[in-house]
Amino acid sequence: MSAAAIPVPTAPRESFLTEGYTIASWLTTRDHKRIAILYAIAITLFFFLGGAAAALIRIELVTPRGDLVTADTYNKLFTIHGVVMVWFFLIPSIPATLGNFLVPLMIGSREVAFPRLNLLSWYIYVLGGIFTVAMLVAGGVDTGWTFYTPFSTMFSNTHVVWAAAGVFIVGFSSILTGLNFIVTVHRMRAPGMTWFRLPLFVWALYATSLILVLATPVLAMTLTLIVIERVLHIGIFDPALGGDPLLFQHLFWFYSHPAVYIMVLPAMGVVSEMITCFARKRIFGYRFMAYAILGIAAFGFLVWGHHMFVSGQSVYAGMVFSMLSMMVAVPSAIKVFNWTATLYKGSIVFTAPMLYALGFVGLFTIGGMTGIYLATLAADVHLTDTYFVIAHFHSIMVGGSVMAYLGGIHYWWPKITGRRYSEAWGRVAAIVIFFGFNLTFFPQYLLGYLGMPRRYHEYAPDLQVLNVLSSGGASILAVGYLLPLLYLGWSLFKGPPAGPNPWNAKGLEWTTDSPPPKENFREPPLVTEPPYAYDPEHPER
Amino acid sequence: MSARPDVVPVDVPWRRETASLGMWIFLATEVMFFGVLFLAYTHARLADPQGFAAASRLTHEWLGTINTAILLTSSLTMALAVRSGWAGHRALVIRLLWATAFLGAAFIAVKLVEYRLEWRDGLVPALHFTYSGPHARAVQAFFFLYFVMTGVHAVHLTIGVALVAWLALRDRDPSHPVRRRETAECLGLYWHFVDGIWIFLYPLIYLVELWR
Amino acid sequence: MNERAGWLLPAASDVAHRVDHVLFALFVVTGFTAIAIAFIVLVFCLRYRRGAKVDRSNAPANKRWLEYTWTFTPLAIFLGFFAWGAVVYAGFYGRARGAMPVFVVGKQWMWRLEHANGRREIDQLHLPLGQKVRLVLATEDVIHSFYVPAFRIKQDAVPGRYTELTFTPTRLGTYELHCTEYCGTDHARMGGRVFVMRPEDFARWLAEGGTRPTMAARGFEAFRRLGCSGCHDARSTVHAPDLTGIYHRIVHLQDGRTVVADEAYIRDSILLPKRDVVAGFEPIMPSFEGQASEADILDIIAWLKSTGPTEEK
Repeated sequence: MSAAAIPVPTAPRESFLTEGYTIASWLTTRDHKRIAILYAIAITLFFFLGGAAAALIRIELVTPRGDLVTADTYNKLFTIHGVVMVWFFLIPSIPATLGNFLVPLMIGSREVAFPRLNLLSWYIYVLGGIFTVAMLVAGGVDTGWTFYTPFSTMFSNTHVVWAAAGVFIVGFSSILTGLNFIVTVHRMRAPGMTWFRLPLFVWALYATSLILVLATPVLAMTLTLIVIERVLHIGIFDPALGGDPLLFQHLFWFYSHPAVYIMVLPAMGVVSEMITCFARKRIFGYRFMAYAILGIAAFGFLVWGHHMFVSGQSVYAGMVFSMLSMMVAVPSAIKVFNWTATLYKGSIVFTAPMLYALGFVGLFTIGGMTGIYLATLAADVHLTDTYFVIAHFHSIMVGGSVMAYLGGIHYWWPKITGRRYSEAWGRVAAIVIFFGFNLTFFPQYLLGYLGMPRRYHEYAPDLQVLNVLSSGGASILAVGYLLPLLYLGWSLFKGPPAGPNPWNAKGLEWTTDSPPPKENFREPPLVTEPPYAYDPEHPER
Repeated sequence: MSARPDVVPVDVPWRRETASLGMWIFLATEVMFFGVLFLAYTHARLADPQGFAAASRLTHEWLGTINTAILLTSSLTMALAVRSGWAGHRALVIRLLWATAFLGAAFIAVKLVEYRLEWRDGLVPALHFTYSGPHARAVQAFFFLYFVMTGVHAVHLTIGVALVAWLALRDRDPSHPVRRRETAECLGLYWHFVDGIWIFLYPLIYLVELWR
Repeated sequence: MNERAGWLLPAASDVAHRVDHVLFALFVVTGFTAIAIAFIVLVFCLRYRRGAKVDRSNAPANKRWLEYTWTFTPLAIFLGFFAWGAVVYAGFYGRARGAMPVFVVGKQWMWRLEHANGRREIDQLHLPLGQKVRLVLATEDVIHSFYVPAFRIKQDAVPGRYTELTFTPTRLGTYELHCTEYCGTDHARMGGRVFVMRPEDFARWLAEGGTRPTMAARGFEAFRRLGCSGCHDARSTVHAPDLTGIYHRIVHLQDGRTVVADEAYIRDSILLPKRDVVAGFEPIMPSFEGQASEADILDIIAWLKSTGPTEEK
């Protein structure tokens, strides 16, 4: 990043971007908007790193034989893909970029509650990233992102300690981000901004933050115990030491299942903003939507055992977790129905962000429904640890979270940069990504049903057709992800000025300049109406 | 990072509440952090209750008891410091803070003596473990968890001592009365939390067989 | 191998049919719902597109009854699937009366399977058609998972414990066997074949390996070799429990608990003798960890079973 790369908007007034042009002014900033941009740059780098690993995996799987990379290399590739995408892209993606930028703007505050902690969280993220990249350069790690014992503690010959250290460190950046948002939402709302006037994006980030601060420390401690056990050969997970490998799985999934909601709740928030804006309608069932968000966050803590139906845990535990998992699916269903109902009698315009939002609704629905298959005990026994599971969680995380992230980037791009992007290219990219995604992952559902286990670099020859289709879809997906880099990059320098509210959207963030001034609002805002005061009969209002 | 951002107005009531709410949330993460260790302890103890009882007999319960008394007293001085801060007695606050820091340091000193005794007895898993009596595996698991739990606790306490000492030194400067009070309050929350963790550790480590 | 006919997986066990019914029902219900939602979204998108001249007055922003409908209808459907799935799942772990035991030991990166008569196989499993089978799984290193897609069964083998699974093969043929819990370098190659044979063919096949001693015989040999008989023999002067017919009996422990002497208990008693001490005995037995291999323990359990009247009904 250099000072020259930072655009000077042609907007007449000064903004947070014009506050300083030196690298030092960025690296020591306490402005939440600048920190959001620092995060965006960092996570984009990691997204393409994780994407490169995914590309190699899909190329390897074009043929049934392991001919491109060795088994060990393949194992490292899917581990890197998982570790980087989960902890260095998906978890910080929407909260640390869009969330950091927008939460104070949306609640009418000048700042987050703890600006210095906010900057510190970015530095912690970078430090964790350095550990991870160093681990990669040193030779990688082959445990899978799940770090299951006793493989990770006693058997793997790769850099487990470095990988665990990287994840441990980056966890603290999540905790600080979450802590900051909770206090910000509680304490820094503008006059008149009551809880039920909060945009759903803020609700979603608030719930996400609760999960971040409560679940992440569990992972941190668990990884610490893994490292101790690996280095000192003493611990609580290895049965040879009187420990129990299932205890690790319980602790790991106690974090990692709520982590799924860390990834998808913010996406739901983003989509709610975009659908109301481009349907020109109030969100249908606002309170139910807010309660559903909190319900998902709360129930999400009670379902971790559904990752362990064949692990040897008690049959009765399996039943309890299965039932609770069915319950956590209900608020997700509520949200899909409410988004659909929001379209009714709307005045819908199909901008690029709206296409992403509609794509999200479709793919999230598929991901959620296949989740029901996996929550059903008998079906899960057959489907777990096969490509069905891979396709299921990619539907949620790629079809859901990444679609919403990209949609959000487009939607708030004019606000963040003060410039418009090419709407036509935006729509093309959204459509390419939607089709690429489906072509990549639909064959994987079938592969899973047909019994192709995950983490295999070799497979039965009669499954090749489906694998080739999937790899073909992945290449389309790759094009779809590179496109925004080009036209958004172009827009940074050549895009026409956006003006304060190019979408004619509601919400406090649209009442200030684009890009916003350093103090966010020139006049302290006062909130007098509920959110999403759209009128479909008068879309221009 | 010298000057405070000029955009943040020093609006007294919400600033104070912001800091203490942040501290409460931080303590919630700490509860989850220690929770893993308490769960691990429960799991290991249920696997071999008699082994844990045997291991508990090897601890120095009188050192643990002295430390409990020290830490509880330090919580008292800390609470008094926070209260006196509100009432505005600066000299008293400084003295109470130093007393708190001193008691915290005393706790750590006793803990180090205890660790040394355990090293002498060969009860340090992985590094110096010579115990070979009955339930050797459970005893090893117990002392592994003992060192991790008390170690993590001691690290927290060390940070606490440093922060209290820092506050006591900084408190001589009368220019930030408001900030001083909120800082003391947050630090007090942290101190009581670290004390509270010990209240749970003490019976789990030393009093496993007290009821027999 | 061409066990998959087109895009359909054969259902080769009783379990497979039950699981397929659940899967089919899930597919129908979710498929219908997904198409319905997609259809409604498309209709709304077309009908209410900007510029279309349609009635947009009184657009509702809230309908309490609608919210409750689409809260509780999915909940009821989901709970129905939960109950159905749970019943089928419980069947995997039900009482295995009359089941033929097969002992499975996973090891990086192979499966070692053993029949009660001592016949051992590696990466292959022969089973008789129509005979209920009870798999007992153990592992010598990391976690593995035993997966036969055509049977729709999967079970992790976890270090430090036994896991088990019951099913009946119902279709002749050769089927894939996989490891589905990531276990290191050659995880993808850790697999093999399951052969379901006619019972008479299976009996012949089983007898071919008859030159080897049975598991119970090897267990008796291990019982003496490891020195267990020195104390546990009825004539021994050392005060130790007599183990004749111990399997599936109720054992009273020193601390007042009672346990059933199943595989896991016997295994723990060999490796962790001080944990569950039998009432009336001193905890003097040393641990046999490192001396008794997983195979030895399975053999000893087989022998103990053979000494009792309750041998595998």
